[in-house]
Amino acid sequence: MFNLMRIAIRNLMRYKRRTFLTASLITMGVVFVLVFIALSGSFKHMMVSQITDSFLGHIQIHQKGYVASIDTLPLTKSMGTQAVRKVKEAINDVPEIEAYSMRIKFGGMFSNFVETANVRLNGVYPEEEIKTVPLFPERIMEGKKGITKGEILVPELLAKGMKVKIGDMIVVVATNKDGSVNGKQFKVGGILESATGPGGRDGYIHIDDALEVLRMDEVQISEIALRINNFVNLNAVHTKLNNIFLKELNKAGKPVFEVHTWEQLSPFYNIARMIDLMTFSIKLMLIAIVLISIMNVMIMAVYERVREIGTIAAIGTLPKKILSMFLIEGFSLGVLGALIGNVIGISIIYILNISRITFDFGRQTGLVLEPTVNFTDIFTISTIVIMVSVLASLQPAFKASRMEPIKALRHV
Amino acid sequence: MSLIEAENLSKQYISGEITIDALKDLSFVIGPASFISFVGPSGSGKTTLLNLIGCLDTPTSGVLRVSGTDVSQLGGKSAADFRGKNIGFIFQDFNLIPVLSVYENVEYPLLMVQNTPAGERQSRVLSLLDSVGMIEQKDKYPGQISGGQKQRVAVARALVTRPKLVLADEPTANLDHKTAYMVINIMKKMKDESGISFIFSTHDQKVVGEAEIIYTLEDGELAGKSAKGGARHV
Ligand SMILES: Nc1ncnc2c1ncn2[C@@H]1O[C@H](COP(=O)(O)OP(=O)(O)OP(=O)(O)O)[C@@H](O)[C@H]1O
Ligand SMILES: [Mg+2]
Repeated sequence: MFNLMRIAIRNLMRYKRRTFLTASLITMGVVFVLVFIALSGSFKHMMVSQITDSFLGHIQIHQKGYVASIDTLPLTKSMGTQAVRKVKEAINDVPEIEAYSMRIKFGGMFSNFVETANVRLNGVYPEEEIKTVPLFPERIMEGKKGITKGEILVPELLAKGMKVKIGDMIVVVATNKDGSVNGKQFKVGGILESATGPGGRDGYIHIDDALEVLRMDEVQISEIALRINNFVNLNAVHTKLNNIFLKELNKAGKPVFEVHTWEQLSPFYNIARMIDLMTFSIKLMLIAIVLISIMNVMIMAVYERVREIGTIAAIGTLPKKILSMFLIEGFSLGVLGALIGNVIGISIIYILNISRITFDFGRQTGLVLEPTVNFTDIFTISTIVIMVSVLASLQPAFKASRMEPIKALRHV
Repeated sequence: MSLIEAENLSKQYISGEITIDALKDLSFVIGPASFISFVGPSGSGKTTLLNLIGCLDTPTSGVLRVSGTDVSQLGGKSAADFRGKNIGFIFQDFNLIPVLSVYENVEYPLLMVQNTPAGERQSRVLSLLDSVGMIEQKDKYPGQISGGQKQRVAVARALVTRPKLVLADEPTANLDHKTAYMVINIMKKMKDESGISFIFSTHDQKVVGEAEIIYTLEDGELAGKSAKGGARHV
């Protein structure tokens, strides 16, 4: 094995320029893929955390059927005291859940005493909400960074349209579950920046005010948003919660709750998927580059060395050995390309990091790009490159091993 | 026991409509520790015969035994195995591996074909390089030595596995007279030292004279056999 390796490396050194060119092609491919993965990963990560951390939360629990009719914010599909207690008990047993926030969501009329408009509101416990979506306070463009009883955070577009300012008094009118209408005055406590996705243009009030507007005698929760301690475990926690909540059946034997991750709730998930798909296609391109360049070099190597192959076959080298000789040559070329590619790729990513490139997304400005690659990415890409290199050498190597010595020796 | 026995050995090449009888009904016996030459004009079948003896090709009909083994049907892996164990090759164009040094070229068959332990390998390679007078050049690469020197290295490589016989098809064709003579003499010396038989083919009348037994081929047929000293019989 060691000797085969030595011969392979000597043969690669024999055509330094060709080896160098092929290795650089692979290197370029690896660099490109690594940098792309790092950039798109950073971009995606930032997008996702903008969405989950500023209003959505990582996971949401509703009464079964709520999400399907989320556009109307139906109060009839909310969780009563008993259901809420069950949910609380269950999530207290899941250590991965860092925080949760209970929300009453409802639609109503928003009046500045001159004009009226529709508004969608969340009644929340301020502390819970901020623990669950820590970037929420950053969305408050004007006013103090919190939710106070008697005050309302007005979404910016509504504030603009209705020409309301901090400190103005407005009225919210809503229809409750039984169909009776009630209104309550609020002071405008803050203007809330819009965010991409469902619920990104909602107003916020204290949950006690929501209870008052809706004349609820007991708390009826529309939505429980969860924050988990490590985003990487999203799917695992989701499965865990599903296992717990799908067991909760009503009298008719149907599940009472539904559990969704942000992916199922936000349209941005499709963009995230697109980014993944692009990463995947770029990996495919890398595979094609490696495959074609290595195959090309190895076909040439075999062709150039026909007489040499004839010689070693004549003196008794077994086909298997000749096969491995060429496979190892392709393998070494792949390793070389992957190695240099990783070094250059990681250096570029490092440089991108220290140069602190910023970009804007939606209304978020000055987001700093922090491209990172993890060991898994590097390992996967290197493995792909090396495996494809061996694969690409397979056909030429096989051809070499099958040569008849007399024919090969006669070759000029 | 005789080293090579050929009985009614024939080889035909069929290319399309044409059939070429390259060897016709050859029968001969070669004993151990011989120094033998096959001579004959171009196209007489020397290469064809050496290829058969070297298990690089199989006869169309007839029987060929090398060192007691019937090799007439040997092919693929078993032929490669047999060659690796029993036969050494010297080629007209030297065919050293360009990326390996002189030392490594001689070592190659022990490493890649026979799996000889390191200590044994080194002592065999060094002693052979010494015998062929190439010990001083052992770290040079084939591109850095002359044709005669290359062929001496090739002789060492052919002998390093201690085969039953060494086959050399026109080993001196690419060498000038003086060098050719020297290479043949080294082959002869090695034969005397090791007791390994050498069979070579040649055009060159001068070096032919060095063989102990000379077989003459004409048109694929054995036209004569002469032993050293001039006795010539068919
Ligand atoms: N692969 C082949 N296909 C067809 N005919 C062949 C083949 N190899 C050799 N021949 C023919 O067989 C005959 C014997 O050829 P061979 O090469 O054995 O002669 P040779 O004595 O070695 O000649 P030379 O001195 O030129 O090397 C020739 O007529 C040649 O044309
Ligand atoms: Mg010939």
